[in-house]
Amino acid sequence: MAETTLDGVTKRFAGDDGEVLAVDDLSLTVRDGEFLVLVGPSGCGKSTTLRTIAGLEAVSAGAVHIGDRDVTDVKPKDRDIAMVFQSYALYPQKTVRGNMRFGLEMTTDLPDAEITERVADAAELLDITELLDRRPAALSGGQQQRVALGRAIVRDPAVFLMDEPLSNLDAKLRAEMRTELQALHDQLGATTVYVTHDQTEAMTMGDRIAVLDGGRLQQVGTPMETYYEPTNEFVATFVGSPSMNIVEGTFDGEAIQLPGFEFPLADDQREAVEAGLTGETVRLGVRPEDIVLTDETGPRTVEFETLVVEPMGNENVLHLDHEMGEVVATVGGNQRVRKGDRVRATLGADRVHAFDGTTGEALFNRTRDEQRPPGVVGARGTDDRAETDGGETG
Amino acid sequence: MPPSNYDYPGYERSGPAYWSKTALLYGGVGIGALLWSLPFWWMLLTAVSANPTGAGSSLIPAETTFANFEDLFATQPVGRWFFNTIVFAGSVTLFNLTFDSLAGYALAKVEFVGREKLFLLFVATIMVPSMVTLIPVFILLSELGWVNTYQGLIAPLIANPLGIFLLRQQFKSLPSSLGDAAKIDGCNELQTFYKVYLPLAKPALATLGIYTFVTTWKNFEWPLIIASDESMYTLPVALFAVRNQYFTEWGLVMAAATVIVLPVLVVFMSAQKYFIRGMTLSGMKG
Repeated sequence: MAETTLDGVTKRFAGDDGEVLAVDDLSLTVRDGEFLVLVGPSGCGKSTTLRTIAGLEAVSAGAVHIGDRDVTDVKPKDRDIAMVFQSYALYPQKTVRGNMRFGLEMTTDLPDAEITERVADAAELLDITELLDRRPAALSGGQQQRVALGRAIVRDPAVFLMDEPLSNLDAKLRAEMRTELQALHDQLGATTVYVTHDQTEAMTMGDRIAVLDGGRLQQVGTPMETYYEPTNEFVATFVGSPSMNIVEGTFDGEAIQLPGFEFPLADDQREAVEAGLTGETVRLGVRPEDIVLTDETGPRTVEFETLVVEPMGNENVLHLDHEMGEVVATVGGNQRVRKGDRVRATLGADRVHAFDGTTGEALFNRTRDEQRPPGVVGARGTDDRAETDGGETG
Repeated sequence: MPPSNYDYPGYERSGPAYWSKTALLYGGVGIGALLWSLPFWWMLLTAVSANPTGAGSSLIPAETTFANFEDLFATQPVGRWFFNTIVFAGSVTLFNLTFDSLAGYALAKVEFVGREKLFLLFVATIMVPSMVTLIPVFILLSELGWVNTYQGLIAPLIANPLGIFLLRQQFKSLPSSLGDAAKIDGCNELQTFYKVYLPLAKPALATLGIYTFVTTWKNFEWPLIIASDESMYTLPVALFAVRNQYFTEWGLVMAAATVIVLPVLVVFMSAQKYFIRGMTLSGMKG
C-alpha cells in the first residue's frame, strides 16, 4: 500500500526521424489504496507512463516516488510493484504454480512452505486452485487472465500496475472481470494504476480517471467530474458514449451564433465566455442525452431531420441533420422515431458546454444535478461513490 | 495409411483416381529413398566383404566377414581418431549453442546503440567463403602456437553467424512482455535469458545443435590443415589418410566410412524425434 507520485515525468524515444516525445512533463499523484485509471487513445503515452512507474522504461526527466521512496533509478524488482500485462506474459514453460512462485523465489528469501502457502491463498482467492499444475497453453483466455492476476497478487506489492488486462477477453467475460477486479480491489485495498483505451472501462472501474492525450495529462478527476466537468474539448469528447456533439460558432456578446441557430447564454455563461475566450470561435458541446425531443417551441429549440436510427434496446440513437451539421441524440428504447422524421428538440440552457475554439479549453460546463434515486434504503461503509466523489447531490 | 489430409468432402478415399495418385506418390518417394540408401548399402557391403573389388561389386554379399573392421582397429589408431572427433564436434557444438544463443539474444532483445548495424555485419559474414579465411586463420593460430592442438582445432569454429541469425530470429519471435515480466519478477538480463527465453528456444537450439554437430563431425578441410600429426586427426582426415596410401584398400576404407557415419546417423535419428516434439511443444497459444 503506498501513494505513488509522478513528478514532471518526461519520456523521449529515439525514433527514425528524430526524437518522439511519448510522455510530456506529467505530474500525477495516485493516492494510497486508490484505483486510478490512465485512459486515452492509442499512442497517448498511457502505457509508457505505466512502464515508467514499473521501471521498465527509464524516464528522460522527472521523478517517480512510491511511498516515500524515490524509485526513479531503482530496478523494477526493487520497486515493490507487480504488473499484469495485456498479453498476460505467462511463462509458457512453467506451470501455473511455477508462474506464480517465480517472482517470490527470485525476489524474496521466504521459506518454501511460505511461498507454497501464499500461492495456495492467491489461487483460492481467484478460484484457480485446480489449474495450478497446468501449463498456460492448456488454459482459456479467461483462466490465463486469472493466473496473471494471481502472479501479481502473491507478490503482495505496494502498487498494482495493469496494462489493458481485459482487452484480450471477449465482451461478456470482460464485463464479468470488470466487476470482479473491482471486488478484488476492494478486498485487497491496494493502490492500483490501470491503463485502458476503453472509456467505459475507465468510467466504471476508476476511483479517479487520468485522461491523457499526446503525452500530456488532460484531466484527473472522478468519472463524474470528467463526464460533467471536462477541462477541455478532448476530455469532453473522449469520455462518454456516444460522444459529445460539438458545433462551432461565434460569440456575439449575447449569444453563440451557430449555423442556422442562435443559442442565447445565461448571465454567468456569458461572463465565463467573456473572461475565457481567446479568439473568435466558440465550440458548443452538448451530450446526446441532453438533446431532448419536445412539442414546445422556444429560443433553444431546433428542428432536425432524422437520418439514421440505431436501436440499442435500452435506447435509440438518433443521427440528426441540421444546417449546423450532424448531431447525435438519444431517446428511450420505447420512443419510436423513424428515419426521415422531422423532430423538434431543445438544448437545455444549463445542459451545454462551451469550449474555446482556439485552445479547446472549457469556458463553462453544464451544471450537475445528480440525485439519489428512489429505492436507496441504506449504505454500507463509504462505498457510495455519488457521495465521495465531491459531486453535488440534489 | 494414406495421408489423412485428403479427408475433405468430395474426395473419395477409394476408386481408381485415388489409388493411382497414391501409388504414384508412394512409388516416387520409394524410389527416392532407394536411390538415397544405395551408397550406404554399397558402403556396408564393401565393408563386410572378404575380397572387395571396389565399384561394381554385387549388391548381395556372397559371404560376410568383419575382417576389415578388425584390420582397421588393429592397424590404425581408430580409438584416438574417434576421441578427437568427439572432442572436436562436441566442443564446437557446445560453444556454438552458448555463444550463438547469447549473441542472438542480445541482437533480438537487448537495446543498445548500433544493434541493427551489428546484426547486418554478422549476417554479411555468412557470405564470405570459408576458403578465403582459411590461410589467415591458420597463420594467426600458428603464431599463437596452436597448430596441432585441440584449441587450434576448435577455436575458429566456436561461433557461427548462421547460428546467431537462427537464434536471433527465434528470440525475436518470442514476446517482449515475457522479458518485462521476468524483470519485474526479479531477473537480471542474464537470468531473463536463461530462465525465461532459453527454454523457449529449444526447437531452434536442437536444430542448431544437430546441424553444428553433423557439419563439424564431417568437417574435412580445417582438421586437415591444422592437424599435422596423425594423433590429432579426426575421422574424415583419417579416412583420407587410409585411402591415400600406395593402393586403396576399399574394404578398409568402407569399414572406416561406416565407423564415421554411424554416430552421425544415431545422433540424427534420435534428434529427429526431438525435432517433432520441439515443434509440437512450441505451438504456444496466445
